[in-house]
Amino acid sequence: MTELSQIRNFSIVAHIDHGKSTLADRLIQLTGTVAARDMKAQMLDSMDIERERGITIKANTVRIEYPAKDGKTYILNLIDTPGHVDFAYEVSRSMRAVEGSLLVVDASQGVEAQTLANVYQAIDAGHEIVPVLNKIDLPAAEPERVKEQIEDVIGIDASQAIPISAKSGLGIPDVLEAIVTRLPAPKGDRDAPLKAMLVDSWYDSYLGVVVMIRVMDGMIRKGDRIKMMQTGAVYGVDKLAVLKPQMVDIAELGPGEIGIWTGSIKQVRDTRVGDTITHERRQCLEALPGFKPAQPVVFCGLFPVDANDFEPLREAIEKLSLNDASFSSEMETSAALGFGFRCGFLGLLHLEVIRDRLEREYDLDLITTAPSVVFKLHMKDGEVKDLHNPADMPDLTFVDHIKEPRIKATIMVPDEYLGDVLKLCQDRRGIQLDLTYAGSRAMAVYDLPLAEVVFDFYDRLKSVTKGYASFDYQISEYREDFLVKMSILVNDEPVDALSMMVHRDRAEMRGRAMVEKLKDLIPRHMFKIPIQAAIGGRVIARETLSAMRKDVTAKCYGGDATRKRKLLDKQKAGKKKMRQFGKVEIPQEAFISALKMDD
Amino acid sequence: MEDWQNGGFGLYLHWPFCASKCPYCDFNSHVAAEIDQSRWQAAYLREIDRVGAETQGRVLNTVFFGGGTPSLMEPGLVAAILDKVRATWPMGNDAEITLEANPGSVEAGRFRGYRDAGVTRVSMGVQALNDADLRRLGRLHSVAEARAAFDVARGTFERVSFDLIYARQDQTPEAWAAELRQALGMAIDHLSLYQLTIEDGTAFGARRAAGGLRGLPGEDSAADMYHLTQDICEAAGMPAYEVSNHARDGAESRHNLIYWRYGDYAGIGPGAHGRLTLGGVRHATETELAPLRWLKMAEAGNGETVREPLALKDQSAEYLLMGLRVAEGISLSRLSALAGSELDTKAVTGLQELGLIIQDGDRLRATRDGRAVLNGVTRELMA
Repeated sequence: MTELSQIRNFSIVAHIDHGKSTLADRLIQLTGTVAARDMKAQMLDSMDIERERGITIKANTVRIEYPAKDGKTYILNLIDTPGHVDFAYEVSRSMRAVEGSLLVVDASQGVEAQTLANVYQAIDAGHEIVPVLNKIDLPAAEPERVKEQIEDVIGIDASQAIPISAKSGLGIPDVLEAIVTRLPAPKGDRDAPLKAMLVDSWYDSYLGVVVMIRVMDGMIRKGDRIKMMQTGAVYGVDKLAVLKPQMVDIAELGPGEIGIWTGSIKQVRDTRVGDTITHERRQCLEALPGFKPAQPVVFCGLFPVDANDFEPLREAIEKLSLNDASFSSEMETSAALGFGFRCGFLGLLHLEVIRDRLEREYDLDLITTAPSVVFKLHMKDGEVKDLHNPADMPDLTFVDHIKEPRIKATIMVPDEYLGDVLKLCQDRRGIQLDLTYAGSRAMAVYDLPLAEVVFDFYDRLKSVTKGYASFDYQISEYREDFLVKMSILVNDEPVDALSMMVHRDRAEMRGRAMVEKLKDLIPRHMFKIPIQAAIGGRVIARETLSAMRKDVTAKCYGGDATRKRKLLDKQKAGKKKMRQFGKVEIPQEAFISALKMDD
Repeated sequence: MEDWQNGGFGLYLHWPFCASKCPYCDFNSHVAAEIDQSRWQAAYLREIDRVGAETQGRVLNTVFFGGGTPSLMEPGLVAAILDKVRATWPMGNDAEITLEANPGSVEAGRFRGYRDAGVTRVSMGVQALNDADLRRLGRLHSVAEARAAFDVARGTFERVSFDLIYARQDQTPEAWAAELRQALGMAIDHLSLYQLTIEDGTAFGARRAAGGLRGLPGEDSAADMYHLTQDICEAAGMPAYEVSNHARDGAESRHNLIYWRYGDYAGIGPGAHGRLTLGGVRHATETELAPLRWLKMAEAGNGETVREPLALKDQSAEYLLMGLRVAEGISLSRLSALAGSELDTKAVTGLQELGLIIQDGDRLRATRDGRAVLNGVTRELMA
């Protein structure tokens, strides 16, 4: 056990690309926690997808031993939290496990929307915050301006901000010293009954479920019988370890310490993040304030391209669910796409990450249907139903009204792009809540329907601002609006995978855009194909894809027979990438591309 | 087993050289500074001996000199080859011997020599009746030269055909109709009318990939031009007997009909393909593509690089895709004997309802509309 006064627990708050992972790597390297030969970039991001996308998805932790200038050796526990809005929930629980944060801001870019959301979480958790200005060696760095911005926008003192370059290593010793001198030591009573917070858990194929905890009071030792206060489940502690970042066994953990244990837990779902862990025999009286479990907000269908891949897909989804309690799935049958799964995600990035992992780690070819949010159907009999899939929309005569999730979105953007951003928000049924300036950057806060954001809002935002805008959001409430189900009919047959919920006022516009897009995406057939958008029985937009008129090889003589035959065989194989709807073949990519709006 | 006599027996000879390479051409053609024609002659003769030994006793119906530009061959070379051919296979008095010719003045000077060697038919690459477009197509001749060469040809050979390329850059349907009417005024009894196709691996292909080659017609205007072509040719008594070939009754290219009727043909010269029934089994053959390598291989005794027995289902696919190109269509009983199964009735009915094919007893034919989208029709029938 380590003396409380020699422990510091902290997290790093930063916008994506502002150098959070690089700084973490430097801290690990400078303290010799990982031998130089084992060092790889983004040490804490263990998934390939995390390294590739330069993002952190799962919370990670590392225990660093640091001999400070006062001659004492300190234990520094860094919890590396996800930076993306989809994983705000992971951020909030990690924040509760530490006492302070380093706020890393790119000295050439300034404060971004994501930084704001995360730093407010840190402030809410009562953290001491040490501002760090990264990339100070770039010619475009403006440390004084960025300090002012931190004070104006976030409202914390930035006069003692530490200038660093995580890339070159400049200023890293100052950061280590500041962690010891400026962040508070944790508090706790080692003689009190065990009280530990479940910070995170994940599935390891050798160890089963690994549980990360922060001890508040008392001691936990290998062999202890512990109880999860919320679920009531009792487990034996088979293994107790700290992460450096690889597991190193330890005999006991005391107040202020962060570590992991395993105890033959089968699946991640059996653990509740935020749960309080205590001893079976000597229980603590009061559990820690609990956390709400994360609710999926975005749903989409995942179908195998090859119907024979349904079983492998089911197995892959089960395996991924073992490790990700926030990802939900249930079997779905689509007239068009056959058997698949309706899956729920925390947001679009989460969706993309899961889909990438299914395709890559399990070698599956998937069709992803349009993402949809969860609508609340208030039925005339008073019942409230969740609508995860527009295809399941019941008869309107039974529905009294429909509510949709709204978000509070914060967008930070250089003022020359503000006009385009405001127009984009307006077009997406946004209501402006706030508009302020900090230097040449504007901060717009909008109340927006999540449904208008899930699909391509972020892409559009990036494109209208040439990538200079940053965006963050949180779910605010469910609100009633005039929403209708729009169906798409191809050759007079409804294609369930293309149906969507839209605002009545925007239905014509969306319908028109959809049928025009589909007309380009569906290849010409031997016959003409009507493509229609309809609300109930009423057609609101219609296009006709003409029949193929010319497709013949001009010259075909004795030398061409082999080549033509092989080409036809290849095209036959290519047909498998199409989905048959009645007599019409629709290419897979059409299901997603048709929904992208080029407004 | 398929009877090889189903479609006849022909010989294709490939001459791989051209005076210059046309930007749209994806054929096996090369520009060479100097060609030792006597060396090539020996190689061709040796290959004819080789193939002849395997197909002994068969009556040869047709010979076709293709290229490249076969009218760059010395008449003596053509004569030596044809002498060898006649010594190798029995041939009827009416054998069709075609040579592809460039319509330039130099070539015209060799026409008499070709006729004396035994050539009965020439097919001339006129391509356009408009000097500006001839230059854009990379052709070395002018319209005046082409007309003069054509006149020499029709005075020399029993049968003369020529090619035109349409749906060219910036070509309007009106301009093409006028040009086609002029061509029909010149034509004797056979015309090949090809829509310009931009192939990968050609100069045009590269130009298009780089964003150039603007003004090519889109699918709809290409279709309009195709149907306009059919209307004008039908009215002139030269209906299409194949997707791109028009003839008066009886004036069809018998050699090319062997391909489309899926008969047997031997291929000699660099990159020549063959379909040969050997030992009761249909084979696909190919020769070495690169001219000099082929030359060396042929001199050493065998220019062939591929000889594969063809699976019955591949034969049925080839019969279908070749056979539907011709107006007479295919025999369903021959097709199902090859495929081992009938065509999908639903596909046949569907295409029939769309007016793209017609079933008439044992014969299945693509209609004029069907031929315009024949790749699609074939895909549907093969699925």
